Amino acid sequence: MTFASHVSRRLLLAAGAASLALIGVGPASAEDTMKVGLVAAMSGQSAKSGEAIVRGLSLALDEINAKGGVLGKKLELVVRDDESNPAKGVIAARELVQREKVVAYFGGIDTPVSMAIVPFANQSKVPFIGVWAAGTKITRNDAPENYVFRVSAVDALVDIALVDYAIKKYGAKKPGMILINNPWGESNEAGLKSALDAKKMTAAGIEKFEGGDVDIVPQLTRLKDAGADALFMVANVAPSAQVVKSLDRMGWNVPVVSHWGPAGGRFTELAGPSAEKVHFIQTFSFSGNSNPKATAVFEALKKKYPEIKSAADVTPAVGIANAYDAMHLTALAIAKAGSTEGPKIREGFYQIGSYDGLIKTYSKPFTPDNHDALSPSDYLFTYFKGAEILPLTN
Amino acid sequence: MLTSAIISGIGLGSMYGLIALGFHITYVVSNTVNFAQGSAMMLGAVLGYTFGVRYGWPMPLAMLAALAVCALFGLVVERILVRPFVARGSNAWLMATVAAGIVLDNAVMFTFGKEPRGFPSDWAAQPIRLFGAGVYPLQLVIPLVGIGIAGVMHLLLRHTRRGKTLLAVVQNPDAARLMGINVHRTIAISFMVSTALAGLAGLLIAPLFSVSSEMGTLFGIKAFAVAILGGMGSAWGVVIAGLAYGLIEALVTSFLGSVYTQIVVFSVVILALALKPNGLFGHAAINKV
Repeated sequence: MTFASHVSRRLLLAAGAASLALIGVGPASAEDTMKVGLVAAMSGQSAKSGEAIVRGLSLALDEINAKGGVLGKKLELVVRDDESNPAKGVIAARELVQREKVVAYFGGIDTPVSMAIVPFANQSKVPFIGVWAAGTKITRNDAPENYVFRVSAVDALVDIALVDYAIKKYGAKKPGMILINNPWGESNEAGLKSALDAKKMTAAGIEKFEGGDVDIVPQLTRLKDAGADALFMVANVAPSAQVVKSLDRMGWNVPVVSHWGPAGGRFTELAGPSAEKVHFIQTFSFSGNSNPKATAVFEALKKKYPEIKSAADVTPAVGIANAYDAMHLTALAIAKAGSTEGPKIREGFYQIGSYDGLIKTYSKPFTPDNHDALSPSDYLFTYFKGAEILPLTN
Repeated sequence: MLTSAIISGIGLGSMYGLIALGFHITYVVSNTVNFAQGSAMMLGAVLGYTFGVRYGWPMPLAMLAALAVCALFGLVVERILVRPFVARGSNAWLMATVAAGIVLDNAVMFTFGKEPRGFPSDWAAQPIRLFGAGVYPLQLVIPLVGIGIAGVMHLLLRHTRRGKTLLAVVQNPDAARLMGINVHRTIAISFMVSTALAGLAGLLIAPLFSVSSEMGTLFGIKAFAVAILGGMGSAWGVVIAGLAYGLIEALVTSFLGSVYTQIVVFSVVILALALKPNGLFGHAAINKV
């Protein structure tokens, strides 16, 4: 009894001292730092994407802070989990802007979440930078003053690239679509249709499936019977794996040209050996990358995160690379703005001249008409070899 | 196209049936169900993966161990989340078992990891040709297991002394107790059997699917729809409803297209229940032993 009261008194004292220390330090540190936020999936099926984004942002942040920060202040990252849920994403964005007073914040992998945040971003006039979600309307949102920027792929442009690739590589004349049944699938259904229209082609068929579907043979059989000579696949890694397994079981050896879903996890483990036949789009790959910056960033990653040993351990490299470049571009925009006010930072984005980034050398990456820093010429096609993503040479 | 749709449908349908049997068994014995059935299914798959793939135990041992833990989970659910509420005449076990599922899903997410993993099996590696459609041997095993278990359960419940004591419990627990039946133990056993069945479904589906902390949710919901559709009180009814559900799902997808699958399937469920409110094979309050 006496021992217990002893301990609790000591604990109380310690807690008191700690809180005093916090009060003492609090305001001073707030003056020295500038907060940037992240709303991304840190738990659930897409948790690995959130981890990749945090790594990319943190690495860039360390570099910026090592050089003295921005406007004389150190940058600090505040992370909120959206659990891939749009409603939670909006709450998280509000919290970041209103309570944490972030000067800008980044978005995660889920298009539905980013789409939900867009109206709030434009209304609160604090820049929101997408680093993964590719939904076309995230940046092309028709707001008179658009506060949403992106360093990632754009569905509408990806779809054009997918169609071009299927024609050039496989001579596809009548490709079919197998799409996940959610807003991301819809965004690409529209994009693929208009990309095919532009080539005066029509799809053999358009089939949807649910993320939890075990067996996709019925949908694929419809596409096969309709005479599809190639498939466009849009889904995250686990559902994509179910498509490949179903193809295997049918014994249908059809070329699969995919959006970047398979990159989000252990595709070969989930889908088996045929996973290697799927060609999918990426904005970046550490493997086979001769850019010295890629080597330097990879070394820095290994140093900061000892669990990373090879390129196979950073399978969603796009998340890291997009986030890394986005953080640097945002810091440049704030520096150009000379202020932490949202409207001035927005102007700052337009004033960025040239930046030698990880993905490429950016030159005037943003204009009032173009809020996407990456274009189809930055996309590359890749495939899985074991657990590693390798670029395809042609 | 018809053959492959039928094979797909029967495989998936017996999976739903197996989990739904778990709803059935606790319902007939105690008038309660464990809404964490989907999570129990996930637990079976995750533990099977952990023991068999990660620790490299021999697969039969890994499966038995996984099923034992699933049964233990059922015991815990019954003892902590169902019995105290039922004793007080409260229906809060409904919410408590839902909560147990959420807690288990999240606990597994933290310990097992956030990423879906692949569960390799020799029975799902090389498809064999059957009437022109590709089938994994495992897809043929699943319906056999489902129908076999339903048969055994039917026999045990209706034609053995032990089974009849189970049914006596649900009708009048007090009378059953006076007749020397250990009511608490009987109900606890039914919950253990129910989660073990779900765990078995998880182990069987894992090689065809992937293993993750979220895999049980959708199966749990569909299986509950199946249990209601079949009539909670009939083991055969539940399994047949499972097969029917799976078949309709696959046939609608094949012949109308995937856009219509959920609309048609759930409309059929609603229509069936409107015509037969106690389920296709259920009876309004059976009262004989």
